[in-house]
Amino acid sequence: MAKNDYEIVVGLEIHAELKTKTKIFCSCSNEFGGNPNTHCCPVCMAMPGALPVLNEKVVEYAVKAGLATGCSISKDSKNDRKNYFYPDTPRAYQISQFDKPLCNNGYVEIEDEDGNKKKIGILRIHIEDDAGKLNHNEFGAGSLVDLNRAGAPLIEIVSLPDMRSAKEAERYMKKIKSILEYIEVSDCKMQEGSLRADVNVSVRKKGDTKFGTRTEMKGMSSFRSIVRAIEYEAERQIDVIENGGEVFQTTLRWDDISGRTFLMRDKEDAQDYRYFPEPDLVSIRLSDEYIENVKNNLPELPESRKQRYLMEYGLSEKDARLLTASKYLSDLFEGTLKECSNAKATANWILSDISRILNEKEMEADQIPFTAKELAKMIELIDKGTISSAIAKKVIEELFENPQDPEIIIKEKGWIQISDEGAIREIVLKIIEANPQSVADYKGGKDRAIGFLVGQAMKETKGKANPGMLNKMFIEELSK
Amino acid sequence: MEITELTVHELQEKIKSKELTITQITKAYVDRIQDKEKDVNAFITTLTDEAIEKSKEIEEKINNGEEVSNLAGIPIGIKDNICTKGIKTTCASKMLENFVAPYDATIIEKINSEGLINLGKLNMDEFAMGSSTEHSALKATKNPWNLNTVPGGSSGGSAAAVSANMVPWALGSDTGGSIRQPASLCGVVGLKPTYGLVSRYGLVAFASSLDQIGPITKDVMDSAILLNLLVGRDERDTTSLDTPKVDYVDCLKNDVKGLKIGIPKEFYAEGLNEEVRASLNNAIEKYKELGAEVEEFSLDIAKYSLAAYYIIACAEASSNLGRFDGIRYGYRTKNYESLEDIYVNSRSEGFGDEVKRRIILGTYVLSSGYYDAYYKKAQQVRTLVKNEFDKAFEKYDVIITPTSPVVAFEAGTKSKNPLEMYLADICTVSVNVAGLPGISIPCGVDSNGLPIGMQIIGNRFCEGTILNTAYTFEQAIKFRDNFKPTFKK
Repeated sequence: MAKNDYEIVVGLEIHAELKTKTKIFCSCSNEFGGNPNTHCCPVCMAMPGALPVLNEKVVEYAVKAGLATGCSISKDSKNDRKNYFYPDTPRAYQISQFDKPLCNNGYVEIEDEDGNKKKIGILRIHIEDDAGKLNHNEFGAGSLVDLNRAGAPLIEIVSLPDMRSAKEAERYMKKIKSILEYIEVSDCKMQEGSLRADVNVSVRKKGDTKFGTRTEMKGMSSFRSIVRAIEYEAERQIDVIENGGEVFQTTLRWDDISGRTFLMRDKEDAQDYRYFPEPDLVSIRLSDEYIENVKNNLPELPESRKQRYLMEYGLSEKDARLLTASKYLSDLFEGTLKECSNAKATANWILSDISRILNEKEMEADQIPFTAKELAKMIELIDKGTISSAIAKKVIEELFENPQDPEIIIKEKGWIQISDEGAIREIVLKIIEANPQSVADYKGGKDRAIGFLVGQAMKETKGKANPGMLNKMFIEELSK
Repeated sequence: MEITELTVHELQEKIKSKELTITQITKAYVDRIQDKEKDVNAFITTLTDEAIEKSKEIEEKINNGEEVSNLAGIPIGIKDNICTKGIKTTCASKMLENFVAPYDATIIEKINSEGLINLGKLNMDEFAMGSSTEHSALKATKNPWNLNTVPGGSSGGSAAAVSANMVPWALGSDTGGSIRQPASLCGVVGLKPTYGLVSRYGLVAFASSLDQIGPITKDVMDSAILLNLLVGRDERDTTSLDTPKVDYVDCLKNDVKGLKIGIPKEFYAEGLNEEVRASLNNAIEKYKELGAEVEEFSLDIAKYSLAAYYIIACAEASSNLGRFDGIRYGYRTKNYESLEDIYVNSRSEGFGDEVKRRIILGTYVLSSGYYDAYYKKAQQVRTLVKNEFDKAFEKYDVIITPTSPVVAFEAGTKSKNPLEMYLADICTVSVNVAGLPGISIPCGVDSNGLPIGMQIIGNRFCEGTILNTAYTFEQAIKFRDNFKPTFKK
């Protein structure tokens, strides 16, 4: 059978670190980084006798995430211990939720391969604590334990196996990321590991109703590797089946450099976590009023923003979708429009040059260093004719390097557009004199030669001349 | 009368009337420890120099006219599973032999802020697992009533030290009888409060849903005084509860007229030592004389308590003791080449046999495939035990049973047979399983002069009722005036 006869089935367990001020079970700072073992106390270091106290903000954030993804919120929930030994887990158990998670049965909507809307089911969202970090000595001289992250609050969002391609999985994860950013419960910084996913992949022949055996790839933290890993793993599984083999339920490690998966452990070494109810914590009881209150205070979600952009600003469906996919881009868009009224231009600048630079610099949208006000100022300068869009492209680059008022940038750099008629005429005459062939072409009826001449003039002025005036004046002079 | 024979409330009076000074009292206890410790072996860490130093500080405060609490300058001993900042907290285990906690338990903070003087950390069964203190990895404590017998456990060091007048009172912890049973075997008063009445923050956990800290004292009045200090909601322990403030000393009315006492016949069945039975019968007769109404009833579910208790306690212990992994603190093996070696060898070498037995048992009952048959079933039994006690307390104010089916036994006679040792807890565990308060007070001695204990069980948060019930009996029989430990060898 051919590869096309198979269907890929993907499910994700997304872990998002919550950006509460303090950790989930103690009052230590939840800030990322810090010198090793400085954000620690007897509780998160699991000193004998220390007891956890559940941070109420963590419950609130998880409930927010549940409500934003259409989950039903459990009014009677509890914590459970997941027991295992590892040096990054000082208690030798993680405090998680086993059979009574805070949120159940939600969904988000994505577009499938054909551009149709598709619902991806969310089985559950539960709260748990993160582990510390092991710093392995590069010379093999042992490992050092850093417990700053131990006890950082996480939510785990478990999807149903509803995705049918790597692309869908990527879209789903981007959607979740966007929602979590909108409701401001997580920074979702993948490079810092504050958003990561365990990816479950299986394949089956098209038309089969039973799922194939799945493999799991743990702790994936970039969209690119998730896509590559799913594609690789699906292909590997199809190969195994095509060659008469059997796929076994295993945990794998994706290696980005070799582009392959490696066996971490097979079913035989599957750990028995010996879950049982955490006796140090009382159960979590939420009232209807509490849930209603969180619901009423949810911020505007991407879908609703998108609709507004279509109606209010007349943006295209695609632009509105791209803009609202990132809360930070969308916030920049709205912030800019508070200062200037050119919505189309604002959307274009954000989706073209700004997005391109973010990509090139491998930056996230929340790392954009300049303000909406600065972007608005730049758009105004274009609209007033003070700078050309060619200059504006340079201004944007400069805003990333050294953010300040664009007016100051163009003054300092001498980028103000030359709109003085005498100055323009001088340049035009100079270019005509230097390019007799083009002049002859034009006079011989080749209108396009004007474009070349204007280009030469722009080059001569380093893009500062007003291109409209140049155009007009070349025609004028050559018609004499 | 010797200073060390006085109860705390007697000491308080003598301090008030200036018959005794703080330094005199502390010095007397330090001398007594120096005299008796070699026989009794109650202490893992003694703090005699520090105690004398602190007594001088407090005395100076008093002499300068500064306001101090009425417990300031009273010495105390602490079971060695309650964390004390800067002082070793060993849990009587090789695993924590040199462990110094970087923080104080909530209860220790309270004790320090009252100006109580810590005389030292007291021996126990390793990680509070045992009923004879023979499972201490560090030393074997002797029963002051007969040095060949065990003091009970796991708070054996605390009970023996109070009994031997080496401390005026002490803190113990009770998971299945670890305060009441040694109190019974040592002829002193031991109270296990309602689950949630006293903060567990800083108590090294054995079984989180069963553990409670409580007082071991010479008499019931002292028990009420110390309990007044211990209780209260603690933000750091979410299982601790906010309950209406009760003055337990005010509850001591010396009157049980009309009190309804239930006698659960299952606790008086076969296996109960005949002398213990006779002593309990006398006590019950005494209560009738004092005007209480006594009725026998059946607490059928109690026979399943011991099994449910050992499943739940071991399950929680197997998880609670996971943190002793040789990584951050505590014992680490010298013999390792891999991470697994560190875990396996540190824990194999650092834990004693009884602790290992319970970790294995607990790991087993939580394993997938066995969870429903053991852990879940035990939790169901637990609910039934609670319900049956609730039903009993609709009829009775208190329930009276023996604390232990036997008096202090000779060292070495039960430690080889774990099951027989577990049966020592048969009368006390259901109280923990149901989360109720229970107190053990001496009610007589056997033909060998060894003390016999009576357990009075109350409804949740009815510590006042059981204290009054105990106090009234104590006032009637004056046990301490008639019997004293002999330090017989």
